[in-house]
Amino acid sequence: MLAFIARRLIQSALILLGVSFITFALLYLFPADPVRQIAGRSATPETVANIRAQLGLDQPFVVQYLRYLGNLLQGDLGRSYLQKTEVGTLIVSRLPASLLLMAGAIVCELMLGLTMGIIAAIRRGTGTDNSLMIVSFIGVSAPQFVVGLLLLYVFAVQLRWFPIGGYGTFSHLVLPAVTLGILGSGWYSRMMRSSMIDVLRQDYIRTARAKGLGRARVLFRHALPNAILPIIAMIGIDVGIFMGGIVVVESVFGWPGIGQLAWQAIQRVDIPIIMGVTLVSACAIVLGNLVADIASLLADPRIKVR
Amino acid sequence: MKNMLTTTALIAALALPTLATADGHSAMDPDAQYGGNITITYKDDVATLDPAIGYDWQNWSMIKSLYDGLMDYEPGTTDLRPGLAESYEISDDGMTFTFKLREGVKFHNGREMTAEDVKYSLDRVTDPVTQSPGAGFFGSIAGFDAASAGGGEGLSGVTVVDPYTVQIQLSRPDATFLHVMGLNFASVVAREAVEAAGADFGKTAMGTGAFKLSEWTIGQRLVFEKNADYWREGLPYLDSVTFEVGQEPIVALLRLQNGEVDVPGDGIPPAKFMEVMADPEQASRVIEGGQLHTGYITLNVNIPPFDNVDVRKAVNMAINKERITQVINGRAVPATQPLPPSMPGYTDGYAGYSYDVEGAKALLGEAGFPDGFETELFVMNTDPNPRIAQAIQQDLSQIGITASIQSLAQASVIAAGGEADQAPMIWSGGMAWIADFPDASNFYGPILGCDGAVQGGWNWSWYCNEEIDAMAIEADSMTDPAMVDDRLKMWSDVYMAVMEDAPWVPVFNEQRYTMKSPRMGGADALYVDPVSIPVNYDYVFVTDVQ
Repeated sequence: MLAFIARRLIQSALILLGVSFITFALLYLFPADPVRQIAGRSATPETVANIRAQLGLDQPFVVQYLRYLGNLLQGDLGRSYLQKTEVGTLIVSRLPASLLLMAGAIVCELMLGLTMGIIAAIRRGTGTDNSLMIVSFIGVSAPQFVVGLLLLYVFAVQLRWFPIGGYGTFSHLVLPAVTLGILGSGWYSRMMRSSMIDVLRQDYIRTARAKGLGRARVLFRHALPNAILPIIAMIGIDVGIFMGGIVVVESVFGWPGIGQLAWQAIQRVDIPIIMGVTLVSACAIVLGNLVADIASLLADPRIKVR
Repeated sequence: MKNMLTTTALIAALALPTLATADGHSAMDPDAQYGGNITITYKDDVATLDPAIGYDWQNWSMIKSLYDGLMDYEPGTTDLRPGLAESYEISDDGMTFTFKLREGVKFHNGREMTAEDVKYSLDRVTDPVTQSPGAGFFGSIAGFDAASAGGGEGLSGVTVVDPYTVQIQLSRPDATFLHVMGLNFASVVAREAVEAAGADFGKTAMGTGAFKLSEWTIGQRLVFEKNADYWREGLPYLDSVTFEVGQEPIVALLRLQNGEVDVPGDGIPPAKFMEVMADPEQASRVIEGGQLHTGYITLNVNIPPFDNVDVRKAVNMAINKERITQVINGRAVPATQPLPPSMPGYTDGYAGYSYDVEGAKALLGEAGFPDGFETELFVMNTDPNPRIAQAIQQDLSQIGITASIQSLAQASVIAAGGEADQAPMIWSGGMAWIADFPDASNFYGPILGCDGAVQGGWNWSWYCNEEIDAMAIEADSMTDPAMVDDRLKMWSDVYMAVMEDAPWVPVFNEQRYTMKSPRMGGADALYVDPVSIPVNYDYVFVTDVQ
């Protein structure tokens, strides 16, 4: 087990190195000159050259990349070109909001998804099952900015149950967390449904029924724990999906997380921030997958470590 | 040397002493109420509050309220007035400016502002280590070249005569110099605060302005608190201003309708504009004003067939400007020339190239392209610019020109424009040009003059007419205030000569629409202030203070 984790950690480090190289190269090739942006439209060629030298952007690509990597190993993500501040500080100040949003989304998708999946499995083949699966299909397909604006309009503007965007209290969290969670709840309801149907077919369930246990007891004491474990293990992978979703959801709801930071930086081509957020997201995805793998191992002893 | 009291405010102060307060400004509102807080929203984070760095419309007005420079503008107008300078003298040759500073002006930390601070601030903004996007504006100060080469010796042309007197020597006559001293880049900063904060100075603020920065939670909000010791007596009216960031314009509008927001800083979202204007109650709270902006199509004179002046004229005649303004819900007026109508020097009565498809076709035929040609139109990829590009594309197809649209990120379009042979046509929307300061010269040098027609420059037509360049230089040498009208006439001639060569299609001048909450007070002009967008925070007030 420890050897497995160690091997996976080394693989993860290589993946991150690859991500950093590809992102750095893409941003290097992007046809926009960051120095011109910093220097402004009234700058003389001398000023432009001077700033280029100060930032080391006159160096060859390999030198720039190795220097970035060297700083990265010391925990330095560089300084934003346009905000003139440490990228690390910007990310750290925004990370708690994103983590809170993701936690809220996980709670929301599990609550919605598992409940729908269980009900659909019990009522398999009925109208309830079909309508729940249609709802989950809509949840998976609906674009998040549409869902977000719709929820905002109905529950914040019309009904006034929740504030119109912003950050701070639990009621601010509800709508963005639901928006982000709806996509996942669609997946979870489908997985939970098939997992539950699988388990309900097993011999030990038939045995439990045969010995006269109540329907609820069979369902919640015998079937559910076995059906739910492989699904819980998937949460790690969700982190990767969320990383894409928060860019949209945070912008719609004015949620001060790193998704919003990334979106603003992309629009302004603020390369150090784009690099920083990409690397942090890649870290989160790699770690999430690792956690998912370990969780699957623990959840199901039948999975063998090779 | 001759002594001159050159500003309208000071003349008004002498003539009508009852209207003016002790520091010579007459813009106080007798109906104003003191106190209260207003909430302004923005989509993007505030990048920086360092006056040497900040160069977008969001932080420009914020910095104006946190800092002061030697010169300033009458609120809601483009008229210069003295700021931290109490008065100034200009030498007969127009090459030496002597500024007399107000005494007793304090930074937010309580220290008195002196001439040393003025020199420090100007040295700092021109030092390449600062990486100021505004350094180039100070090019007429003696010693600028040495300062911008680095080394940190500062500007030799700026000298401290005594604690309340600064003398600035120019290396060439510059009729716009007082405007330059009114730019945010010329704001006076406190050296000790800059040195204490180091590279993160832009996340703090230490000026002499009407407000001081009391809170900045990155990604969420900034709070400006009233500077009780502000040197303009009786200002500001508000106790505080809260800026909430990260809010989409559509969400900001909903919150305004809900009474949670006073001014949406990004304006009314285009998709909601018609709806808001159709409701008389909401429309009554929308203030419309001119903007020192022109949207234009550049025709790259290096790239055939746009090297042919008749082709450029034909394109000018083929564009239906009325229809393009309809694409943006009529939030603009059709343009005839490079300068916007509210800019001094605008040529009244000039009709420009009027829309004439048949005439354009005939001209194109005479130029040797009876069947038109194929070309590319570059455009920034955010709404409404691609839609405007499509309208232009259709207009061009009427005279046989097939233009394919290259819709790219802003930085990529700017990069393409800065190369001599890449972009045959560029629609300027979302990128250029809004004036840095209200002077006719600001629409020439970088975007139509030879200086801008360089790699990485902003003259995307690559148009360079040395005769016109000479006229422009002559106009900016007219530093004698008595020759203001002659100078503006000369600038008008410059732009008329440019139109003869037709390197641009001037398309429209955007109008500004600021929406406010019912409780906000103050003259309408404050909400379309040409210098402080969206509003002039120092002079607005709220009417519901308990």
